Amino acid sequence: MHTKSIKELHKLLTDKKISAVELAQHFIDRALKHNPSLNCYINILSDEAKQQAKIADDKIFKKEGSLLTGIPFALKDIFCTSDMLTTCGSKMLSDFIPPYDATAYKNLKSSDMVLLGKTNMDEFAMGSSNENSFFGCVQNPWDLDCVPGGSSGGSAVAVAGGLSPVAIGTDTGGSIRQPASFCGITGIKPTYGRVSRYGMIAFASSLDQGGVMAKSAEDCAYVLQSLSGYDKKDSTSMPEDVPSYTESLNNSIKGKKIGLPTEYFANLDDDLKQIITTQIKEFEKLGAIIVDISLPHTDLSVPAYYVISSAECSSNLARYDGVRYGYSAKNPKNLEDLYLKTRTEGFGDEVKRRILIGTYTLSAGYYDAYYIKAQKIRHLIADDFNQAFAQVDILLTPTTPTTAFKKGDKQNPLEMYLSDIYTVAVNLSGLPAISIPAGFHQKMPVGMQLISPAFCEHRLLNFAHMYQAQTDHHLQTPSQVPQEKIL
Amino acid sequence: MKYDVVIGLEIHAQLNTESKIFSLSPTRFGADVNTQANEVDLAMPGVLPVLNEQAVIKAIKFGIATDCKINNRSIFERKNYFYPDLPKAYQISQFEYPIVGAGILEITNEKNELKNIGITRAHLEEDAGKSLHENFTKHSGIDLNRAGTPLLEIVSDPDLSSAKEAVIYAKKIHALVVYIEICDGNMQEGSFRCDANVSLKPRGTKELGIRSEIKNINSFKFLEKAINYEINRQENILDDGGRVVQETRLYDADKNETRSMRSKEESNDYRYFPDPDLLPVIIDNKLIQNIKDKMPESPYNRLKRFIDDLDLKEEDANLLCSDIKIADYFENIIKIGNLKPKLVANWIIVELMGIINKNNKKWQDNKINEQDFATLLQRITDNTISGKIAKQVFAVMWDKGDKPDNIIKKEGLQQLDNDDEIKSIITDIINKNPAQVQQYKDGKHKIIGFFVGQIMQQTKGKANPAKVQEILKQQLS
Amino acid sequence: MNIDDVRLSADLSKITIDDKKIDSYLTDMQDILKFIEQMNAIDTDNITPMAHPFDLSQRLREDKAVAQIDRQILQSNAKNIENGLFLVPKVIE
Ligand SMILES: [Mg+2]
Ligand SMILES: [Zn+2]
Repeated sequence: MHTKSIKELHKLLTDKKISAVELAQHFIDRALKHNPSLNCYINILSDEAKQQAKIADDKIFKKEGSLLTGIPFALKDIFCTSDMLTTCGSKMLSDFIPPYDATAYKNLKSSDMVLLGKTNMDEFAMGSSNENSFFGCVQNPWDLDCVPGGSSGGSAVAVAGGLSPVAIGTDTGGSIRQPASFCGITGIKPTYGRVSRYGMIAFASSLDQGGVMAKSAEDCAYVLQSLSGYDKKDSTSMPEDVPSYTESLNNSIKGKKIGLPTEYFANLDDDLKQIITTQIKEFEKLGAIIVDISLPHTDLSVPAYYVISSAECSSNLARYDGVRYGYSAKNPKNLEDLYLKTRTEGFGDEVKRRILIGTYTLSAGYYDAYYIKAQKIRHLIADDFNQAFAQVDILLTPTTPTTAFKKGDKQNPLEMYLSDIYTVAVNLSGLPAISIPAGFHQKMPVGMQLISPAFCEHRLLNFAHMYQAQTDHHLQTPSQVPQEKIL
Repeated sequence: MKYDVVIGLEIHAQLNTESKIFSLSPTRFGADVNTQANEVDLAMPGVLPVLNEQAVIKAIKFGIATDCKINNRSIFERKNYFYPDLPKAYQISQFEYPIVGAGILEITNEKNELKNIGITRAHLEEDAGKSLHENFTKHSGIDLNRAGTPLLEIVSDPDLSSAKEAVIYAKKIHALVVYIEICDGNMQEGSFRCDANVSLKPRGTKELGIRSEIKNINSFKFLEKAINYEINRQENILDDGGRVVQETRLYDADKNETRSMRSKEESNDYRYFPDPDLLPVIIDNKLIQNIKDKMPESPYNRLKRFIDDLDLKEEDANLLCSDIKIADYFENIIKIGNLKPKLVANWIIVELMGIINKNNKKWQDNKINEQDFATLLQRITDNTISGKIAKQVFAVMWDKGDKPDNIIKKEGLQQLDNDDEIKSIITDIINKNPAQVQQYKDGKHKIIGFFVGQIMQQTKGKANPAKVQEILKQQLS
Repeated sequence: MNIDDVRLSADLSKITIDDKKIDSYLTDMQDILKFIEQMNAIDTDNITPMAHPFDLSQRLREDKAVAQIDRQILQSNAKNIENGLFLVPKVIE
């Protein structure tokens, strides 16, 4: 059951082979059983899930449902859910119950999807290994000693471990694609502005974007369709219509040009390079033309990314002062003490480090040298992509420089930052990108990234789907989680 | 004094929109605490700002009315600092690229000289909430109803050289924002507040001295006093060879002094940067033209016209032009009743505004429509009633909302115009007061007032006074 | 960057850095800044800074007020409320 695609689950539901309540229960049971070892959920919502499933059953009975009616999903704990704990992986919000829903969550609810639980994540989405969560690290189901990637590590593991058919994540610098790659699943980060950011707790506002993590590009397409769309509560969301992502899934990619940015392969580990080069042949089999291309400012993307994201986060996280919500230090001596204690005790080390860097780079005398400089580099990086897309339809790169690393392996923050080297340029440019499983290296999943021009998610999904239609990497399941048969 | 005084004003005019600048909360004043502060105003996690169209339009109106440059592209930036009345710990404001750029405002200063005051800029920003200190000993209470209310911050060049001049300039800006209906101008409620930057420099020198900023002055009287206090304070420091400290000061009206606000000084590196939640505001010239086309005659033109063409006193014209609704009311009454401007002006200023003030009401509470007001004044000019009776009728119109002609008829207030009737009353009174008649005949002509009074008393003021005088004189001689 | 810069940034951010930890913060931040300074390798004099991924303009919303959800619900996450006010330690102006 937990390995089935959304389409298959939909058929079982409409054929009345299973009810939405039973389906939800199946995943809740798996979640309750395996979460103690995987720690991918911060909160499993058994009662709420059954309630929502009942409503879905009602709709299916009345034949009012959509393709997503009754399909369970997991939601990164960065999305506000009214009356349900929303922690953002932080002590600061460990008791926060929002009085409103994130638009993204609202959209899925209105498609009658069933929320199973809120997934673990790096605190305030800052991290690439999920080791920065107040609620503990998440285990990679392919090797429990390895990290699942981050920050949407909980969402990736929920899908990879079969604890949810699909999960929602957010991606500021690779936080969907990198964990998808580490966990052997498919993860799409849409164009900036495609998915509303309202109610999605901000890390870096000009980079944050919600997206889908699932077993296949096809499943991503169904859910992204519902997740996307203009929201009048988000000034940066795009008013353009969302095209059908499923209609174009099977379009031929014959004659389409795939660009390989040389800078993304230059320093890549030979084994990984070998694996990805082999997979590129699959696209050639489909008739695509492979061309080399250059994105000359690639090596400056991580520096620019850290300046911009830290600057924005230092301001976005200033609101956590212990007054209106969230953690509040006990017995403060005075107002200043309340602020200092609350923030010092409520934030973890990585969050503090980034707030400090952000504050420093925005402060008098440094603003031009760091912040403005980074925005200029950002412009150059975006221009690189524009020029590339004048020549090719899509870009293909590795998603990460390595497969999932061992917990505790990267002690130096800088080393951790560099694990995002292939993903951050996409966020700086606002482009959509997808990570798809491309095989294994020493039994750990390898991911491959496709990048398209803005608002061409349908193209990403089309390429990814055509590839997955003739390969089976995405169908592999990790041995660490028992694949017991229920139902 | 051996110093030149240099003053610049930053005026915060609250824009009279229905909802806040970035949230859907209402902006009504005086609501119960924190009942007009939604999740966006409370800066809850995940919320986002969306810009109110009317805030932008009203800022543009100000730019048009002052002939300031309106920037086709402006940017919202974050001003970062921690303060309990600032829930996000940043204020969304404009910094490098304000919506309204430079312009000039001409004033007539206290020495009756024309003087150009430069407007540096006017930018949009959100207001903060309020910290309440009463009722608590160890705590302050935070009310966020005001947080997010749209403000237009109008910044002047340091062109003002006395407290009086600053007040004249501030009053002119005040009259303007009220007149173009972008601000209700209510200073007690904080809808119009001034910050004054004051510095002194040795007479005739170029280089500006170190300034202090006096914050949040909400009356013109206090503005004048605060600036004068500050000039004095700085003069004393400089005379003693000291240095003025650049700082923010608060004016204490009870003690008539300014004092340092240390709390605001602690962290003044505001780390402005473009708000990533908001995109650049692009205003095309077509929109500016559209707004311009719909805007009324400028208050300066109208004022000039009232003085030059309608022959009003400057003081009266100023009063009538203080609010576009008053000026329109005035001109409509003239037109409807084909009346003399001076008569109408007098009646509005003395009678109508008098009764409004006496009852502690506002202009908006005036229910007497233009047609009725015009009819009333016509009854004076066509001699149906005397001016004195008209006041009586007016009072009834205010109280009961009745039409003037109805009141005149119902209460029988028409002027007694019939010669015979007046004659018989006069004859009667003359007969009853022989002593006074004798006095008149002895040359004490002032005694005629006594007779007029008697007659008016008997006719309840309805006798045509001109006629009474005429007939009295005939009969007495 | 030196210890004072770390302290100033911490002060502006309202975060206390433990004396025992300040050296390690300083080292990390120095490394990060050095890394960031790679950006200086190229000349960007004629490049305009890019604050948003796309060259779009702000949409404006209609000026219409909507009543908020209940104050009590909005304040249910606050630790210190009295008569509808958020309480903070005394503000001294
Ligand atoms: Mg100011
Ligand atoms: Zn201001």
